[in-house]
Amino acid sequence: MKKRQLTSDFQIQFFSRMVLIRTFEEKIVALCRESHPLPGMQILANGQEAVATGVVSALEPDDIIVSNHRSHGHLLARGADLNSLMAEIMAKADGVNHGKAGTLHLSVPEINAPMTSTVVGAGPPLAVGAAFAQQYQALNGVTVVFFGDGAAAEGSVHEAMNLSGIWKLPILFVCENNGWAGAQRPEEHSAARQIHKRAQGYDMPGRCVDGNDVEAVYHLSLELLEHCRSGKGPAFMETMTYRMRGHGEQDHQHYVNPEELEAWALKCPIIRYRRALLNAGILDKGQIQRIEQDAEAHVAAAVAFGEASPYPESDTAMTDVFVQAFNS
Amino acid sequence: MSQKTFGNAINDALSTAMDMDDTVFIAGEGVGVSIHNDPNMPTHGLLDKFGRRRVKDTPVSEAAIAGLAVGASCMGLRPIVEIMFFPFITLASDMLVNHAGKLRYMSGGKSSFPLTVRVKAGVGFGAGSQHSDNLEAWVAHSPGLKIVWPATVEDAKGLLLSAIFDPDPVIVVEDMMLYRMKGEFPDADFRTPLGKARVAVPGTDCTVIAYGMALYTAMKAIEPLTEKGISCEVIDLRSLVPLDKTCILESVRKTGRLVVVHEANRFCGFGAELAAMVAEEAFYDLKGPVKRVGAPQIPVPVAPSLEKVFIPGPEDVVRAVLETMAK
Repeated sequence: MKKRQLTSDFQIQFFSRMVLIRTFEEKIVALCRESHPLPGMQILANGQEAVATGVVSALEPDDIIVSNHRSHGHLLARGADLNSLMAEIMAKADGVNHGKAGTLHLSVPEINAPMTSTVVGAGPPLAVGAAFAQQYQALNGVTVVFFGDGAAAEGSVHEAMNLSGIWKLPILFVCENNGWAGAQRPEEHSAARQIHKRAQGYDMPGRCVDGNDVEAVYHLSLELLEHCRSGKGPAFMETMTYRMRGHGEQDHQHYVNPEELEAWALKCPIIRYRRALLNAGILDKGQIQRIEQDAEAHVAAAVAFGEASPYPESDTAMTDVFVQAFNS
Repeated sequence: MSQKTFGNAINDALSTAMDMDDTVFIAGEGVGVSIHNDPNMPTHGLLDKFGRRRVKDTPVSEAAIAGLAVGASCMGLRPIVEIMFFPFITLASDMLVNHAGKLRYMSGGKSSFPLTVRVKAGVGFGAGSQHSDNLEAWVAHSPGLKIVWPATVEDAKGLLLSAIFDPDPVIVVEDMMLYRMKGEFPDADFRTPLGKARVAVPGTDCTVIAYGMALYTAMKAIEPLTEKGISCEVIDLRSLVPLDKTCILESVRKTGRLVVVHEANRFCGFGAELAAMVAEEAFYDLKGPVKRVGAPQIPVPVAPSLEKVFIPGPEDVVRAVLETMAK
């Protein structure tokens, strides 16, 4: 497939999205350090912004996203409303899920991201269902499911890949290989290092890409999405990236070699892309500064929105279990 | 009205729902082409009638089957998936417990999951513990899931049709020992409401609650008890979640006594919930202790002589009723 020519507007959009995601998550880091910590475990994807941005930018409006515990980037890249997202992370009444999801279980049906699961490896079976519905109703949509290298060790991922291979379901499996499953290295959780090679066993193309190169991720996503959309069945993409923070914000990475972290910091997808766009003359330093300030302003407004929102009324704890409530 | 079997009634419900609504499809291991070529099996003939688009044979992958149901229902379809034996629900339990039961709540009411899981259950045919455990208490304990258990041919159709068109996830348990039982069911779209128990036999001295196959165990205890001058009121529970407390409490307030019967282990079984609920809400109406009849806390054995120890029989019900009657 020929590379689609990217317009400079599109490239600027890539950069802006990645900056927005980073700024949003850095703000969560800052909030965690304040005296009133956010409820629950904050699990971030700093360093993985190019995967979210590259994949999601390649989607069509009707495509479905199934996300996981590291969902902020996927949802922001898809255009989720910042205010209600941040309010949900604060578990407030005006949050997108009215305080019942918090940071980990954010689901945003409005942007076709109706199922997010923090159960590691649970996304792929859910994606089977969503993609089946697309195929059954001849909708021409694709379901994209994001999961990590750690999740690839779950049996549910095997079941989902096998079934979708048999039924030729339109699923793009995106394995964000960020180098860590908790505190375990790939050699401790993956018998063979190249996870995308497993795709062969399920009769689907399996490809690997530099996950810190937003344009490369975008181009490969387009190619594989086209495969899925044309009725040829699922595809698998492994994106090589790095988890720059701990598993969660309570994890201070005592097990991480600082030199490795520094080496990956130099490969930061945002720094790399900023340099590329500067060198190509697509953006100048002033424009970059404005994009960063814009992101800061939007995120600050979202935090203000979240802080102004109350915690949900206690009686709402009993609602939304069933469509038709009953007493038991 | 058709004079047919319990299995035919399930088949008729599936066929009726699929005729009515194209969003309904069935999936599972052998729901299309089965190792059994038996017209009493619930999905018999559906592949021929509806084709491969709507009757989906799956690999042996319970997590993927349940995930299929959760994901497809979120997208507006009405999946009906089959779990071949109740103990295999453990393989599907993450999708059912953590997803079907929780995703709607965690979405703040934005998403819904109108899925049906048909689970084939039952002890008494020497299949052993990994094919005949009854795990209804696990399901009932998990928020966001409904669970019903038909005992009659009519309810086999009516409860299933209600489950299929219910907006929430429903687990429908089918006693395989009942598949060949004969009876009648109404034609077309006939529904038994979820959450409504049925007084199967009216009586005055002791309430006996049972569901599924255990209903017939309870029924067999009526005659010997009648001979002793004891009038039992037998309730066919039909629905564990939602639970028809009104029916249960009305009966217990009248009789003052309660015996609960199920084929699952007594310890932490669903009967414990019924006993506790009645103790909390009708304690001062009780004239005797609530008694539970169920299996001992062992895996289901195979030898007929051992399996008999596991499955509660009519004599166990008689004994329990006599104990609460202090006779």
